[in-house]
Amino acid sequence: MIRAPLVKALSALGSPTHQIASRAVRTSAIVAQTPAKAPEKIEVFVDDIPVQVLPGTTVLQAAALVGVEIPRFCYHERLAVAGNCRMCLVEVEKSPKPVAACAMPVMKGWRIKTNSDLTRKAREGVMEFLLMNHPLDCPICDQGGECDLQDQAMAFGSDRSRFTDIHYTGKRAVEDKDIGPLVKTIMTRCIHCTRCVRFASEIAGVDDLGTTGRGNDMQIGTYVEKLFLTELSGNVIDLCPVGALTNKPYSFVARPWEIRKVSSIDVLDAVGSNIVVSTRTNEVLRILPRENEDVNEEWLADKSRFACDGLKRQRLIAPMVRMPNGELQAVEWEGALIAVAKALKKANGQVAGVAGQLADVEAMVALKDLINRLEGETVVTEQGFIKGSGTDVRANYLLNSTIAGLEEADAVLLVGTNPRYEAPLVNTRLRKAYVHNELQIASIGPKVDLSYEHDNLGSDPALIKDVCSGSHAFSKVLEGAKKPAIIIGADLLEREDGAAIHATIVEYCQKLKKPEWNPFNVLQNNAAQVGAYDVGYQAGADRAIKAQPKVLFLLNADAGKVTREQLPKDCFVVYIGSHGDNGASIADAVLPGAAYTEKQAIYVNTEGRPQQTLPGVSPPGMAREDWKILRAISEVVGTPLPYDTLDELRSRLEDISPHLTRLGELEPAGFNETGAQAAISKSISGVAIDVKQKELKDYFMTDAISRASPTMAKCISAVNKQQRQDEQSKQSVAI
Amino acid sequence: MAAIVRFNLLTKPQLVATLPASVQLQRLQSTAPPAGTPPPQTKTKFGPLADEDRIFTNLYGRHDWRLSGALKRGDWYKTKEIVLKGPNWIINEIKTSGLRGRGGAGFPSGMKWSFMQKPGDGRPKYLVVNADEGEPGTCKDRDIMRHDPHKLVEGCLIAGAAMGAQAAYIYIRGEFYNEASNMQLAIAEAYQAGLIGKNACGTGYDFDIFMHRGAGAYICGEETALIESLEGKQGKPRLKPPFPADVGVFGCPTTVTNVETVAVAPAICRRGGTWFASFGRTRNSGTKLFNISGHVNNPCTVEEEMSIPLKELIERHCGGVTGGWDNLLGVIPGGSSTPIIPKNVCDDVIMDFDGLIAAQTSLGTAAIIVMDKSTDVIKAIARLISFYKHESCGQCTPCREGIGWMNKIMTRFVKGDAQPAEIDMLWEISKQIEGHTICALGDGAAWPVQGLIRHFRPEIEKRMQQHAQQTKRATN
Repeated sequence: MIRAPLVKALSALGSPTHQIASRAVRTSAIVAQTPAKAPEKIEVFVDDIPVQVLPGTTVLQAAALVGVEIPRFCYHERLAVAGNCRMCLVEVEKSPKPVAACAMPVMKGWRIKTNSDLTRKAREGVMEFLLMNHPLDCPICDQGGECDLQDQAMAFGSDRSRFTDIHYTGKRAVEDKDIGPLVKTIMTRCIHCTRCVRFASEIAGVDDLGTTGRGNDMQIGTYVEKLFLTELSGNVIDLCPVGALTNKPYSFVARPWEIRKVSSIDVLDAVGSNIVVSTRTNEVLRILPRENEDVNEEWLADKSRFACDGLKRQRLIAPMVRMPNGELQAVEWEGALIAVAKALKKANGQVAGVAGQLADVEAMVALKDLINRLEGETVVTEQGFIKGSGTDVRANYLLNSTIAGLEEADAVLLVGTNPRYEAPLVNTRLRKAYVHNELQIASIGPKVDLSYEHDNLGSDPALIKDVCSGSHAFSKVLEGAKKPAIIIGADLLEREDGAAIHATIVEYCQKLKKPEWNPFNVLQNNAAQVGAYDVGYQAGADRAIKAQPKVLFLLNADAGKVTREQLPKDCFVVYIGSHGDNGASIADAVLPGAAYTEKQAIYVNTEGRPQQTLPGVSPPGMAREDWKILRAISEVVGTPLPYDTLDELRSRLEDISPHLTRLGELEPAGFNETGAQAAISKSISGVAIDVKQKELKDYFMTDAISRASPTMAKCISAVNKQQRQDEQSKQSVAI
Repeated sequence: MAAIVRFNLLTKPQLVATLPASVQLQRLQSTAPPAGTPPPQTKTKFGPLADEDRIFTNLYGRHDWRLSGALKRGDWYKTKEIVLKGPNWIINEIKTSGLRGRGGAGFPSGMKWSFMQKPGDGRPKYLVVNADEGEPGTCKDRDIMRHDPHKLVEGCLIAGAAMGAQAAYIYIRGEFYNEASNMQLAIAEAYQAGLIGKNACGTGYDFDIFMHRGAGAYICGEETALIESLEGKQGKPRLKPPFPADVGVFGCPTTVTNVETVAVAPAICRRGGTWFASFGRTRNSGTKLFNISGHVNNPCTVEEEMSIPLKELIERHCGGVTGGWDNLLGVIPGGSSTPIIPKNVCDDVIMDFDGLIAAQTSLGTAAIIVMDKSTDVIKAIARLISFYKHESCGQCTPCREGIGWMNKIMTRFVKGDAQPAEIDMLWEISKQIEGHTICALGDGAAWPVQGLIRHFRPEIEKRMQQHAQQTKRATN
């Protein structure tokens, strides 16, 4: 792990080295916006084109400014500069040797030649060396077609091989390593760029990967045979410029030119990571991250990336109705809709709806409209929140500091949350701030490994009061910080005393807040949650149960918070959703909906940013988009909803809350809005603060899709196996 | 590895260009006055060195190496006064002496030390002594450390005082067990005598010396790899810039110097820079430890004047080449990484930086490996390449892949199992490695091959022919 003392020491000095060091990792969009004291720009020439750059800019960055891309393997803008592949060597006039463009800061008046004979020769030489020991197994390599080495060999390499020793000793061969069920290794292909090593230690914060051996025997690996235990492991696949690290579940599945790519949004956590869904013949093959500086940078958490095979299993493909013998039987849509309509007619307005963690905004609005038309009132989310009317005020349930904004925070208190598993890509921001911005982090809750050093204050809820009254040592840190933030886990606010905790912290945050900076944050863990609150859903399935409805709609509600026993005997449960999970098992009518890769739907992430998914494939079997099912029910029941198309539904959304259709844009919650709950009693009970996801194995299965995913099941068993091994080796050491 | 250090440095104008303006200014100011320039050399004949001009008077361990013996030989004499004269005086004296780094790079020591003089920013400064003498053929530093360790301890104090360093780290090669023991004892003696430590020599200056033993990697003799290793990391060279004088060990300004450079500093300060500059040609001044090994009658380490002709050095101190001068095949003049030179070049080559560069080789660590006509020169170079292949750190591509490749080719060349066209290919490969790597190990591995091809190409071709005939006969 690097929390470079060097960088810290230098930052105060403003030395040129520090500028290089801090440039090594690209700062977020927000950081880039903050105007730094602009030092005088210097002029350099890239291929005789003059360009003005800041001192400390590297040759590679300067070239990029004039649109010249210098080939590279080891350099990655979000990782520290390694400078070891030597592919980026370029000639600089008056320099006897070519310089490594990725690491060399430009000097005034330098004339950089990116296409001179010397440069070309250097590249060709490096390329020849790389290919010397690289197996030419592109036809059976999964990276084929999207391989940096392949592309650059075509562009910059020689047209023939001089490696005569292929007839004598052959190429290097390296044993493959087993680093888990997600990342497949073919280490013979490795070109030792060390991107994966740097990612693991810098971004993921696990020092599992490293190099062993010297010279030609150098190997990338985990030192001892073990898993690459991190929730971000899939990103090394994207980073690997060759086919050494590939996607294990996707291996030998498809070629990049065969697949169709759809830009979409991930919904398996509340971050709303931007993704690309790769499909072929109506099948989701893999999911890759898409760059979005404000949300996920260019990373993707493992669950979001690898749980996509859950989209093909446990799917509901036909409407089903529970027969008198208690069995669910597949029926035609017509039969199912009539059965639901009959129940609704009988219910006389005693109708309620529960939206689960994968519900999209459109379907939730349609459900709410439908229930309201049937004179029902109760529409709630499965996930709870504070008692009372906390969701009326938007700032009460958002991550107000914003995901990118957290990078700038200098003191953070985590209350009852484990961001590492609840929102891995929020955690990477915190880690980034910790490494580069002197962020001080404390947590109230169980001791967990957050991948960076933090101060665990304990799990006693009384600590919240201590901190918020200013008597705790960490209060001083928060109060002295320029950008303090308190992050509360959404699950914590489900507690009986959630409102008291919320109110206490809100009040304290009023004291902490700065102009343009709201320190109050709730970290949601469901993609549906913020959207549901935004369109007027109330929190907590218990409200729906309390209403004792005659008809209960479960919209993707699979967390198992509603059970048959809690409902009246004659309650007719309608489940709308994609997977046969907890919700479908208690339903009287099951209406197959579309998963997030099959519909165009809006989700609002934890910071309140609406984004939309796009359909990559069509829903399987007779499944339909959720809002269309609700629209059909309304038709059959005789109170048709006033929208026939998605556009009409979207304009209805706009009526409810105009920000919902401003896709991708962040609508900050009003600044002084928090604090509406001040009247509520502030008695916090003594029950210890806990989080649900403490270890990596808790992370993989949290929703209907990931529960259906065989890859996620493999992950859990692999992590368990690793744990057993660790314990055994610990025991044997003890003996 | 010591020899490698020097090639790693950029050429002088370029190095200056990479420094902040303030340092450049300072440098101009300090070199511009004639005080810092060595006096012009008037001599035309160099060597042999008179006994009274020797700096290392216990090179062969015939006398007591401990503090009492060292004091008898004049070490620690008026060290306090030297330190009290201040950094500027010391650096000026070193500049006047024209001393160039003895580790192989040959960078002017006075200038290098003066880089440390720029205004402090609160970070401590460190002197790191590179005692990781791993270059095959080189054995000068170990003789200093086992027989004259106080020269180095005193040198550390003076060099440290010149740089304003807080402490010196001596990174000693792990295999040098006895040397490390003697060194450690000498450091302890110096601490006990109050020569170093708090208020060193009564100057009011606090200076510590620590010794760190390496674990046997040649690459750790490269200055930035040494720094990494000292910090407890894998010994892999760092990218430069930033140079160690800006960001060195533990992120603080650091100067890494060779043992010999540091060890001669006290003598220069005591006897004056002009005395030192009176030896050797201009820009190559001083005395130097030469290690002569291989096919000579009396292999030895000897202190001689710079610019002594190679032939005289071998004949005078080593009893000549085995079988006489005419039996000479070639000489590797500066440690394994320098290109070999054949006999006709050896006849009148001058042993100093410029003289050897003119002969398309280099002084390196001045470790002379003599080979007579019984040598299989291809096999000798192949052995060196296999050494470099083994010692490459594996960090950057040209070195990792290229040296392995060269090794494969060279192994075949030994048997002659190759095509003549591959000689040119090997030349190109060595050129593809040279100058394209992070550190100079790649250069050091490329040069022996280049030297071989430059001077012994007919030998390689002959062997290929022989092999081809043999295989032809075998198939018939």
